[in-house]
Amino acid sequence: MGVIILLLGASLTVALGFLAAFIWSVKHGQFEDDFSPAHRMLFEDKVDNSKD
Amino acid sequence: MANTHTHTHVACFHCGEDCNDHPIMMAEKSFCCEGCKLVYELLHQHNLCEYYDLNAKPGINQRIVVRQDKFAFLDDEKIQQHLIQFRDEDQIHITLYLPQIHCSSCLWLLENLHKLETGVQRVTVNFTRKEAKIIYNYRETTLRRVAEVLTSIGYEPYISLNDMKEKKPRVQRKLVYQLGVAGFCFGNIMLLSFPEYFTGNNHSDASMNRMFQYMNLVLALPVFFYSAQAFYKSAWSGLKHGFLNIDVPIVLAILVTFIRSLAEVAAGHSGYFDSMTGIVFFMLIGRVLQEKTYQGLSFDRDYTSYFPIAVSVIKDGNEVPTTLPDIKTNDTLLIHHQELIPADGIISRGSALIDYSFVTGEAAPVKKSVGEIVYAGGRQVGGNIEILTIKEVAQSYLTSLWNRDELKDSGKQTNVSFVHLLSQYFTWVVLLIAVITAAVWTVKDPSRIWPSVTAILIIACPCALLLASSFTNGHILRILSRHKLYLRNAQSIENLANTTHIVFDKTGTLTGKAGTEVRFFGDPLTPTQEMKIGSLAAQSLHPLSAAISNYCGVANNYAVRDFREFEGKGICGWIDDLFIRMGSAEFIGIKQKTAQDGSTVFISINEKPIGLFTIRNGYRPGIRSMLEHVRDHYDLSVLSGDNTREAGSLRILMGANATLRFEQKPADKLDYIIKLQGKGEKVLMIGDGLNDAGALKQSDTGISVAESTNNFTPASDGIIEAEQLKLLPSFIRLCKSNRHIVIISFLMSLAYNITGLYFAVQGMLSPLIAAILMPASSISIILLTYSMSELSGRRLAASATTAIPDKNHV
Repeated sequence: MGVIILLLGASLTVALGFLAAFIWSVKHGQFEDDFSPAHRMLFEDKVDNSKD
Repeated sequence: MANTHTHTHVACFHCGEDCNDHPIMMAEKSFCCEGCKLVYELLHQHNLCEYYDLNAKPGINQRIVVRQDKFAFLDDEKIQQHLIQFRDEDQIHITLYLPQIHCSSCLWLLENLHKLETGVQRVTVNFTRKEAKIIYNYRETTLRRVAEVLTSIGYEPYISLNDMKEKKPRVQRKLVYQLGVAGFCFGNIMLLSFPEYFTGNNHSDASMNRMFQYMNLVLALPVFFYSAQAFYKSAWSGLKHGFLNIDVPIVLAILVTFIRSLAEVAAGHSGYFDSMTGIVFFMLIGRVLQEKTYQGLSFDRDYTSYFPIAVSVIKDGNEVPTTLPDIKTNDTLLIHHQELIPADGIISRGSALIDYSFVTGEAAPVKKSVGEIVYAGGRQVGGNIEILTIKEVAQSYLTSLWNRDELKDSGKQTNVSFVHLLSQYFTWVVLLIAVITAAVWTVKDPSRIWPSVTAILIIACPCALLLASSFTNGHILRILSRHKLYLRNAQSIENLANTTHIVFDKTGTLTGKAGTEVRFFGDPLTPTQEMKIGSLAAQSLHPLSAAISNYCGVANNYAVRDFREFEGKGICGWIDDLFIRMGSAEFIGIKQKTAQDGSTVFISINEKPIGLFTIRNGYRPGIRSMLEHVRDHYDLSVLSGDNTREAGSLRILMGANATLRFEQKPADKLDYIIKLQGKGEKVLMIGDGLNDAGALKQSDTGISVAESTNNFTPASDGIIEAEQLKLLPSFIRLCKSNRHIVIISFLMSLAYNITGLYFAVQGMLSPLIAAILMPASSISIILLTYSMSELSGRRLAASATTAIPDKNHV
């Protein structure tokens, strides 16, 4: 039955990892603005010809 | 005969608005005004035209020109300190509120601000909050410069007195953490309880079983001590104020479940930790969803959000930007065109034309000359004036108005939701059942009192009922906000459903703020004549002149010679070879009395009367059919701060039974609402502006109308976007169905409860039954309320698309 204890420990560790990831992402404001990041990634960086 | 003005609709390339008859052309693109063209040129110059590729016509209309030195106050160190968040050797971080942000083009342009202004290093937009966090090098640019660049591309930062206060955290992050922890613990407890569910107490491995029980206990601790805090707080504050709110039975259930489970674990059984964490988890989801709906909306604004952060004080002949709290009596303030007067004062220089619509609802500005008193809250239109303050900002008329309203705040507590009433009955019935069960077991088998009574309290927790109401309410609130009616809370849904009397404000509510309707009667004007009349009218600041010049088009300005303005009569002047007079009938030299509604302006060219303009407030589109609909079901009133000139058309609009009152001061409106409530009416007040603030607060439901949700609105129970006002009957209907949905789901949760109680009174509630019943009832109720409210929402959406469009006038 020792294997169950091992599995349990592993599953709890993984779950704790996810909890930590969740709290980290909330702390860094990832859930505060669901519009900007989604659109920002679609913008292309055009080569600026007018300057330099 | 009416001159029907047919515009060919050319939309401005920058802002998408109608260019009227005189589009300004540039690079084969048409613009509605010089401002829009300037923005285009600026963006074109800096190679930022992708702005226009991302969305068609994304710009913000630039017709209203922002005063040159408007942001001069940002050069002041002291003011800067209030706004700046972080500063080091070369960087300054600041977050500015830009209410104009509305699309991905805005996002793109703002984040490329460094191409327009070299000192700017990085801009990050928070779209939901319409804020831009700007990092700039203060050796290369200044805060004022940044604000001015933003203004020049149409994103004028909104900086108000409110920014001087300490900022409250806008998002309740703690609630989200609590939810995360509860979810984690709930999931793991469920997992660890599975062996228990399937084998009962005859577990093959007793030591393993024991370990699971202790692990469950450990996992339940953070939920009990951390995640459930919000419920304890709310229940405690309810008890402190002497009423049993709905969180009290929840807390009772959490406590009883926890204590009983502790005892069970100590005795070598498994507890009900799965059920307890489940309750907390599901209840928290409801709360977080509700919070989420209201991000970015503010219902409790006070005058500080309207007032500027600083004004120019004249000291020894110099303009010194001074923050409002630092203004003393006997300071001389310089008030520019379109600026708000922050403190009561006496005009010491210049002639003022003050728009009090914000305070009184009266649409036409009032003329004031040197020596007269002006009150805080008025907006100067016209040139610059100087005033000598006689009161400090905090003691001014407007501020005191606000403080007076706050005294009336307690009136609303008496409204108790039917859900609360139900839950109170429910609590009593549960307690009664518990007592009877205890009595029965005392006689038959005293050892079963404890398990049966605690089981009753666990299983009969009103959480299903509360879930039913909070999920239905939450979902209805979201459906309403999808249609741009933002209600403050669930109680407002119920109040709205119970409405018996609807009170409207006129200016800004039934009528659009800018939507004036101008018509010309008489011999048709030639385009040149029309433009000349427009050019003459443009010389005057009177609102009627402004409306006429707007109607005639202001481009191609003709030079006006010998312009003269006669106060209260009219204006006249020479344009080329025409001498044009416009004004009252007497001014033109005719005797005809007007039979028209609204305001009339007569025109004569070379002393020959040629016709007249009528200017009326334009009613919002769809208002007429909306009113026709509601007047059959509700009593209606109109309280207007304006004069009686619109009485005729309002009467037709509102129907014969409506009460119409004009020249109402804020206090009159408030008293009228109190009088109605005294008669037992449930009043829905719809208004805008500060003049309605008292009435909005006093009424059972106060909804303020905003041209767009970024606008500043007085404190109220709800905010509705102006164009959605036509859907009011459908909104009320949806709120009514809210009650039905809650009752149906309540009956369903009752069925679950009775099943649970059946086991509980016998002292036979096994953790398995509890673990099945609790989530099953919660989830099925969530699904039920969701689908039923979605169904009602569909009906609302259907009525939104089929709403009969009527013309902009009556």
